[in-house]
Amino acid sequence: MTRPEIRVEGLHKSFGDNHVLRGIDLEIGQGEVVCVIGPSGSGKSTLLRCVNLLEQPSGGKVFVGGTEVTDPDVDIDAVRRRIGMVFQQFNLFPHLTATENLTLPQRRVLRRDKGAAARVAAENLARVGLTEKADAYPAALSGGQQQRVAIARSLAMGPEVMLFDEPTSALDPELVGDVLAVMRGLAEDGMTMMVVTHEMTFAREVADRVVFMDGGVVVEDGTPDQVIGNPRNARTRHFLSRLLDPAMAEVAEDGKTGL
Amino acid sequence: MTDTETPLQPRRTGLSVRQRRRLSRGAQYVLFVAVVGFVAASADWGRLQNQFAQPGIAGQMFPQVITVALKNTVLFTLSGFVVGLGLGMIVALMRLSSVGPYRWLAGIYIEIFRGLPALLIFIFVGVGMPLAFPGIQYPGGIYGKVALALGLVSAAYMAETIRAGIQAVPHGQTEAARSLGFSPARAMISIVVPQAFRIILPPLTNELVLLFKDSSLVLFLGVTLQERELSKFGNDLASTTANSTPILVAGLFYLLITVPLGFVVRRMETTPSKEAVR
Repeated sequence: MTRPEIRVEGLHKSFGDNHVLRGIDLEIGQGEVVCVIGPSGSGKSTLLRCVNLLEQPSGGKVFVGGTEVTDPDVDIDAVRRRIGMVFQQFNLFPHLTATENLTLPQRRVLRRDKGAAARVAAENLARVGLTEKADAYPAALSGGQQQRVAIARSLAMGPEVMLFDEPTSALDPELVGDVLAVMRGLAEDGMTMMVVTHEMTFAREVADRVVFMDGGVVVEDGTPDQVIGNPRNARTRHFLSRLLDPAMAEVAEDGKTGL
Repeated sequence: MTDTETPLQPRRTGLSVRQRRRLSRGAQYVLFVAVVGFVAASADWGRLQNQFAQPGIAGQMFPQVITVALKNTVLFTLSGFVVGLGLGMIVALMRLSSVGPYRWLAGIYIEIFRGLPALLIFIFVGVGMPLAFPGIQYPGGIYGKVALALGLVSAAYMAETIRAGIQAVPHGQTEAARSLGFSPARAMISIVVPQAFRIILPPLTNELVLLFKDSSLVLFLGVTLQERELSKFGNDLASTTANSTPILVAGLFYLLITVPLGFVVRRMETTPSKEAVR
């Protein structure tokens, strides 16, 4: 592992009385692909959103590319330009075409001129295989196509790190593959990626490391073979068995599904 | 306990449900025809035509009713709308500000100007202000006064509309913009506000219709002949000719604008723009 691109130290986050993150330590090296898995409510999305400060951490430090994101004096807009973020709900700008979704941020934030922005937009739409949808509005695109445009929009800003917050969870099953293929291509090109996901196949095949979170802490951290193939912790085993075979989950005595 | 046995049977009348419905509708038609017939019979048609529809008097109004009156009504309305939109935007952003005093100030403004009659604002701007600040000059004379008065009134309504529109834009849009490196202000201007305006286009157009009618309040400010708008023009001519035809004609010109605008609003409300389709 080369120098850590993302470093998280003693991260805590509370929403009121709800202590969501209870001391997270994590390092992600340059070019590394890390999948974060865990049951819902385990704090994995919150962790991701703390990395680019969409959530303000209650305690601890976050570094991205050597800059302390949690420093109160940091130019957060400048830091975020280096961090791409892909959302579960895509969050494309609905009043702009696919191309305009890519060019507007470049022009407004990076101050690129019209020609350069259009060129970068075309390159990145080609990269996600959507050149022919360049002039389509988001509403005319399928969920999978929207998510690929959203990835291209992030890439057009030239990020050093990409964050994915359950990028395929809102998609119809048959559309998941296209998005994962784009992400796989990114990983092969050496992008540093932090991916919150439920796609175990993707985690197993593409990730360099898998992090299992539960109850606001990192329970297990290792290679996919270790964490998914041969989990040491009982909580990890329980989660994976429920995920891989949902029909086998049993209703606990108190009426809630046990976790 | 006998009534529980036949709850679905029609009672007393012996009529079926369908027959009763038909009877009820028939009664309503009869009532309508009776009222219309009574009004038509009791009106003095000759007198009404003499009073409201004299072609000669209507002819006198042209071309001034268009070149002066309608032109001024449109000018007053549009200038008031522009001032109101700008001021309303500022008040809306203040209302959403993270700075407490801005929020309170905007709230107070909205409560005051929504609660006062537009006429009172007109008198305040046209009479009160010049008395309070002798020597005050409105740019554009009467046009400046009306733009300010209409702007002050409509800004309160538009601020609430704009605020609602901004809040209707999903929070994910701001998050996406911020994570791309937009500053809060730039995200608001480039991403949120354009979407908000698509949402509030129908209520804003409604506001334009209201302003169009409120522009008649300039009547109370005192205007020169060349500054008269539709209501004042109709009123003046009605006095000099001792006939109500000019009022009818002025009213028709209002409807000429407001009815198509209302139609446009309903079209916008029922057919969502192509990019909003989900």
